[in-house]
Amino acid sequence: MSTFAVFVPGESALHRAPAGAKLLALALVAVLSVLIRQPWQVLVLFLVVVVLYLVARIPWRTALAQGRPLLWFAVGLAAFQLLVSGWEKAVVVVGGMLGLVLLAALVSLTTRTSAIVDAVVTGAGPLRRVGLDPERLGLLVALAVRAVPVVVDLAREVRQAQVARGASASPTAFVVPLVVRSLRHADRLADALVARGIDD
Amino acid sequence: MPLIEFDGVSHEYPVSRGTRGVLHDVSVTLSEPRIGIIGANGSGKSTFARMLNGLVVPTAGAVRVDGLDTSRSAREIRRRVGFCFTDPDAQIVMPTVAEDLAFGLRRRGLSREEVSHRVEQALATYELGGHRDHPAHLLSGGQKQLLALASVLVTRPALLVLDEPTTLLDLANAQRVQAVVAGLEQQVVLVTHHLGLLEGYDRALVFHEGRLVFDGVPEAAVAHYRNLVL
Repeated sequence: MSTFAVFVPGESALHRAPAGAKLLALALVAVLSVLIRQPWQVLVLFLVVVVLYLVARIPWRTALAQGRPLLWFAVGLAAFQLLVSGWEKAVVVVGGMLGLVLLAALVSLTTRTSAIVDAVVTGAGPLRRVGLDPERLGLLVALAVRAVPVVVDLAREVRQAQVARGASASPTAFVVPLVVRSLRHADRLADALVARGIDD
Repeated sequence: MPLIEFDGVSHEYPVSRGTRGVLHDVSVTLSEPRIGIIGANGSGKSTFARMLNGLVVPTAGAVRVDGLDTSRSAREIRRRVGFCFTDPDAQIVMPTVAEDLAFGLRRRGLSREEVSHRVEQALATYELGGHRDHPAHLLSGGQKQLLALASVLVTRPALLVLDEPTTLLDLANAQRVQAVVAGLEQQVVLVTHHLGLLEGYDRALVFHEGRLVFDGVPEAAVAHYRNLVL
């Protein structure tokens, strides 16, 4: 079971910080990260990440697990950058991305989804004027967070079904049933949302 | 108990050539506390259940619950009628247990205190207290279904519709769900393939090929169903 970006209850300063502030800070760091040009700047970013994880008292196993989903992508990207632009660029690109993902995961680890949803609903309040319903946007965020483990489980089921039938390496044999199952899940979820009064 | 009225109800949906009927001319009035619905796959029993809270509306005839027409008063109907599905994963909307329990309540404009009071109560009643902040996807299948059921019950519906709630569960968890349902004050409509669950029910309907073919006490209904399919 994945512990990626799953809320870890706690009482740290980061847990107590308002969700809106954490989201804004994350957005700010993401914007500023385009200014990273030197490997030492990546080092600074990582130091900040480590300190923040320590402050939030996230168990180190959980912390490491946050980078795992990105591992193969990062390795591939690093190899490509290494070949094309040299080690410094590889460190800047891969390190910057990894640092940001770890920070984003930290926001999820220290914030209840309902608090994130509330912050999004409040933040999106002015969009009501252009016809956007902030409540719906908030729900969208909640459903997206909830969908991650569901799709991971569906993918595992599809993979196991493949293995049971004598696994083939064909990507379409994996992707097609996964998409079909995901859509079927979405259908059922839509029914459940209506039944639970989402149109109220 | 709310009064459930089906008045000449049919439902069909468009297919590539013409329409396909899933329910034909069903008329029935239900007021008993415990009502069971049985029938083979594709017999129309799930469509019947979904009509009770307006998830599916009739293409002919009318469905009324508590005097409210489900095609016209969808919002009021859904506040009165709770619905629990087969697959808990598709009903759990929020990432953690307590958040999911609060989800339906927050949308009803209840005060924060009232929401947290009801959530606490539900956590205790359904033995989910130890899982308050746990991600819902880490619960066992049985716990997930209990959570899905609890999330519906915290909104205190007058009628609870369960569409094969125990199909994905093992015996022990099916019995837990059965025990929870047995203890409810509300009117219950249960769609199931687990015929044993109908023991003690007041009335049972049998559906076959889109028609209501039997309406009576559960023992006779089960016998009728067995004759139909075996």
